[in-house]
Amino acid sequence: MDLRYSESDEKFRVELRSWLAEAVPSHGDAPPRHDWLARREYDAGWQRKLFEAGYAGLHWPKEYGGRDALPTEQLVYYEEIARAHAPYVGINFVGLLHGGPTLIVEGTPEQRKRHVPHILKGEQIWCQGFSEPEAGSDLASLRTRAERDGDHYVVSGHKIWTSFAQVADYCELLVRTDPDARKHKGISWLIMPMDLPGIEIRPLQTIAGEGEFSELFLEEVRIPIENRVGEENDGWRVTNVTLRFERGTAFVSEMYQLQEHLAEIVKVAARVTRHDASAWDDAALRKEVGHLQADLDALWSMVKISVSEASDSGVPDMGRSAAVKLFYTELAQRIADVAMRVLGRAGLSRSDVAELPSERFLAKVLMSLNLTIAAGTSQIQRNILSERILGLPRER
Amino acid sequence: MDFRVSPDQQALQEGIRSFCEGRVSIDHLRELETRDAFDRDLWNELAEMGIFQLRQPEAAGGVGLGTADAVLVFEGLGRALVPGPLVWSHLAAGIIDGAATGGTVVGGLDLIGAGSNPHLVAHWNHLDALLLLRPEGVFRADPKALTAEPVAVPLDPLTPLHHVTDLPGGERLAGPDEARRLWLDGAALVSGQLLGIAEATLTLALDYAKKREQFGRAIGSFQAIKHLLADMFVRQEVARAGAYAGGATLDHPEVGDVERAVSGAKVTSGESALKNAKTCIQVHGGMGYTWEVPAHYYLKRAWVLETIFGTPEEHSSHLADRIATGD
Repeated sequence: MDLRYSESDEKFRVELRSWLAEAVPSHGDAPPRHDWLARREYDAGWQRKLFEAGYAGLHWPKEYGGRDALPTEQLVYYEEIARAHAPYVGINFVGLLHGGPTLIVEGTPEQRKRHVPHILKGEQIWCQGFSEPEAGSDLASLRTRAERDGDHYVVSGHKIWTSFAQVADYCELLVRTDPDARKHKGISWLIMPMDLPGIEIRPLQTIAGEGEFSELFLEEVRIPIENRVGEENDGWRVTNVTLRFERGTAFVSEMYQLQEHLAEIVKVAARVTRHDASAWDDAALRKEVGHLQADLDALWSMVKISVSEASDSGVPDMGRSAAVKLFYTELAQRIADVAMRVLGRAGLSRSDVAELPSERFLAKVLMSLNLTIAAGTSQIQRNILSERILGLPRER
Repeated sequence: MDFRVSPDQQALQEGIRSFCEGRVSIDHLRELETRDAFDRDLWNELAEMGIFQLRQPEAAGGVGLGTADAVLVFEGLGRALVPGPLVWSHLAAGIIDGAATGGTVVGGLDLIGAGSNPHLVAHWNHLDALLLLRPEGVFRADPKALTAEPVAVPLDPLTPLHHVTDLPGGERLAGPDEARRLWLDGAALVSGQLLGIAEATLTLALDYAKKREQFGRAIGSFQAIKHLLADMFVRQEVARAGAYAGGATLDHPEVGDVERAVSGAKVTSGESALKNAKTCIQVHGGMGYTWEVPAHYYLKRAWVLETIFGTPEEHSSHLADRIATGD
């Protein structure tokens, strides 16, 4: 039980920090959220810089162009990225954290060659076509149909919650290849090029306003059979490779960014006046913020336990991953509540007002509501914890 | 960085766990309720196991372990609700003769933390010495020379209390830095005990939810109950992360900020212990409200531990101040 980073981890930190000190300011400010083409250019450009500096695919194996970094180096990376306010993984999220890792584990040599290096360089943007209107928490009940026709699958169906669809080159698509099998058994995992005929993208307006997610309407889209990853009807297992990964480590950088966000809320509270004092003079607010800080620090320590456990097996412990996801997402919403109260009526504006950072704060406040729903709702996490970790019987 | 419990530490945990299971059962605790909550033989056995001299250097006859190790030990003691002034005697080892070996039973009063009023001393009848932590230093007082009124009915039946009204200055043993260090150590060890309570109450509630049947099935199959237990698990793991980080940071201050880590430990473990103990009572339904089901002992002990070495409000405010000043 030792929190000291090794000498080589610290050496890695020093190198990364000095690179970030130059690279981050020179990359400029992020474009507006609604400008998808500019966002693609910005995020892909940052990914290219990471690649050239040797920091792309930190957790990826060396033979696929990754750094094969130790889990502890990955933690150092997330700490330094947040500290330097470096660009977020952004539109590269699905490729780097889902598609790429899945192809590395389950793809054919040809599939890997065609995609993996390009994802790493920011040249291929991926989106995710998993959820459907009738298949949310119960993902395995998905209905999008794929029927063989020669050397193609003909795919028709309706996907939802597809991030980055507007700018994506490929989609990791789950389809039903055997409608007669039990629901987990008849699913396949396909690589769908987004420029095929029959794909319609309809941006979905969320409570945050922007078209962060889209719906995909697929009508007789012809996808080559060679684009299938894993065996036919084995897609559920292939999917779980990524889902486990997502719940384990995908949110680590956002968790660390919450530290920065809380510190910023405190700075704003000191500037906001309430009667003849600042909001920060309110002892109740200070206690609440202190409590949030204690929880944030404990969250980060939980991540450290999780990362240490994964250093042998490579996979984070399921119970701890679910606990981290549950605690992190609800904590982010508690912090959002405080941000709202500190802004007061300035929080009624989604653009900056009275020299207060309403735009950024409100974006976080609204997006925090998505956290307890995406990647397994809090209720699903509680079911996982109580049934698989605590050994309680299923309800039915 | 390897923040797992090491194999050596696991062995240490296992040793404490098996000792407590054999020696400090709930039945034994019930019996101690009628014996002023103190078992001199048990005290000597704990001393022989090295509980009090755990962190004393080996050259001085101690075990030579670190604070993170001690947190694990106190986690086990907390889980088993072992009664007695354990933390005080542990802190007094190396400062007051005989504390390390259990020959001198040392109790104490935290006059640094906000929870110090009124001055209630635990296990008074059995104390040979009293350690006083003040902002200005560490002091020793002779309990026999003071007047103290017994509290007629203490909340925790295993933590009898006396009310001291004429607190003496005492003999000065060390200065303010040492007092602060002992206070932080004390907060870290109590965090371990609180974590143990969070664990024990989850285990108790879980066993009950698996066995108890209503509407023809185990109540643990209902999501309403399951989700309570899942939340208890999360709080237990949050408390573990917080408490272990407190100990590990005290051992190696270069990894962070000792004050921040210890405050975080006390806040998270205290909240987990209290919430888990209350949820444990809730899961037990009506039986949870009876003296017979031991759930109440854990909640009452958690309330005792919340008031020493800094209240949650005090530690939270302290953390907030550190964010504001950028520490």
